[in-house]
Amino acid sequence: MKKYDPTKKWTGPTRPYDLIKEATIAFVVVALLSISLAALLSSPDEKAVTLQSWSTSAPADFVQTAAGELAGSTTSAQYGPPYNTAADGQQLGPLKVQKIAGVRIPINSAQDFVIKPLGTLNDSTANAAIAQWNGATENQQSTWATSYADALTKASSAVAIADPTGKFGPVPTLVSSLYSMAKSGALDGALTTSDSPLPTNFTKPLLFLADSGSYFPGLADAQHLSGDQWGVMNETGSWPGQSWLWLYSFWYQIDPFKSSGNADILVMSLMGLLSLGFVLIPFFPILHRIPERIPIHRIIWRDWYRSERKND
Amino acid sequence: MWTVRVRKATLEKFEPEDLLPDSQPAYVSSWIYVFGVLTIAAFMMLIISGLVLTLEGPAWWHTSKYGHFFNSLHLWNVELFFLFMVVHLWGKFWMAAWRGKRTMTWVTGCVAFFASIFTGFTGYLIQTNFDSQWIATQAKDGFNAVGIGAYFNALNTGQALLIHVSLLPIALGVIVVAHVILVRKKGVVPPIESSLE
Repeated sequence: MKKYDPTKKWTGPTRPYDLIKEATIAFVVVALLSISLAALLSSPDEKAVTLQSWSTSAPADFVQTAAGELAGSTTSAQYGPPYNTAADGQQLGPLKVQKIAGVRIPINSAQDFVIKPLGTLNDSTANAAIAQWNGATENQQSTWATSYADALTKASSAVAIADPTGKFGPVPTLVSSLYSMAKSGALDGALTTSDSPLPTNFTKPLLFLADSGSYFPGLADAQHLSGDQWGVMNETGSWPGQSWLWLYSFWYQIDPFKSSGNADILVMSLMGLLSLGFVLIPFFPILHRIPERIPIHRIIWRDWYRSERKND
Repeated sequence: MWTVRVRKATLEKFEPEDLLPDSQPAYVSSWIYVFGVLTIAAFMMLIISGLVLTLEGPAWWHTSKYGHFFNSLHLWNVELFFLFMVVHLWGKFWMAAWRGKRTMTWVTGCVAFFASIFTGFTGYLIQTNFDSQWIATQAKDGFNAVGIGAYFNALNTGQALLIHVSLLPIALGVIVVAHVILVRKKGVVPPIESSLE
């Protein structure tokens, strides 16, 4: 078989080619195909959830989460950077990248999700409870809120627990006021507009929603979006999602990743390395020879090889 | 003078016939070669459907049947775009298309693939529906864990929106143009058994 220098301009046999014709046909085919798919199969649009819909649909979960925000026991309250200093965040060996990046989006779960929104109500009962809360020590706040959060969790479906001895301090009032505020829709507005009257940043309401113990993850589970359902690459309903993220999703399904407290940094780092390796395949001595050893190219160029063999 | 060097590196080394050739090497006769141009066609359709969606804002498609149609068009274009690109990419892998000083052609193609993944991801973040809420709250942990989340906040819809409709399409467009220029300049890689390497 005749050999050609791949670094030089091709000097062997050629065939007629019209790039503009090929591009035009490709564009028309893709346009017709995608228009047909859009018309026939449409696209999903599962309505966004709100703090109002959460408090209405799952009141017990809402009040337990609200009490948890005050007790500092929710995911956001214990998160660490970039929201707060409650933890160091995930680490890769000795490397604490999350901590190094710092607290650039400061969130105080108790203040930002409960106390400050209630302060916008101008309600005398709520204001008295806020004053009592803000006037207490951190230890006292934690004792009140933790015992109330535990009582609510034990009561399971209750939205309030009676407190004849006052051992929960102002927490029952704070939580029930926030619950009423959420049901009315006012909490959505207060959290969304806390930084700007014309919001484009939904960090606060989404972080609060993500603290939900059962409502928000339950909705995702029903739409097969949870992590253990390969949710990263799924879409709501039966529509295809980001299937190209299959490898990213795959690592979360197996050990040591799925049981690691540092799963996110492990998977992100591994995917970063694999992606870099893929880009740099031409520089790897063994990897760049794989296509020569596994002769799929003989299928791709079968016509050429056949004609070359005839010429031999 | 750097301006002269730029001219020498571009116009003087790039003949018009390279850009729009009237012939191709005879070995360019497989269906696999169609997937590169199909990927670019899908990219153009993505730009068109995306531009239509920008006309009335990110929430338009929730309330208008026309908006919903263009959202569907955008979604199916994304699916086709990735399908074509993945087939194109694997085709080029099995051809060892980096041979003959074509390393940068391979590298720009791979970078375009990964840039597309991030562009597609930011698109999912700005749907302003339940899917985008869930994706944002889950993805934040990955970004936060590697320190990126302190700068790219998946929960900040405005940030994701602007990045998706301005920064990333421009960046992706530049990478794709560079990739296509390299393909045209270097030519299509010859078959493995017919190469001197």
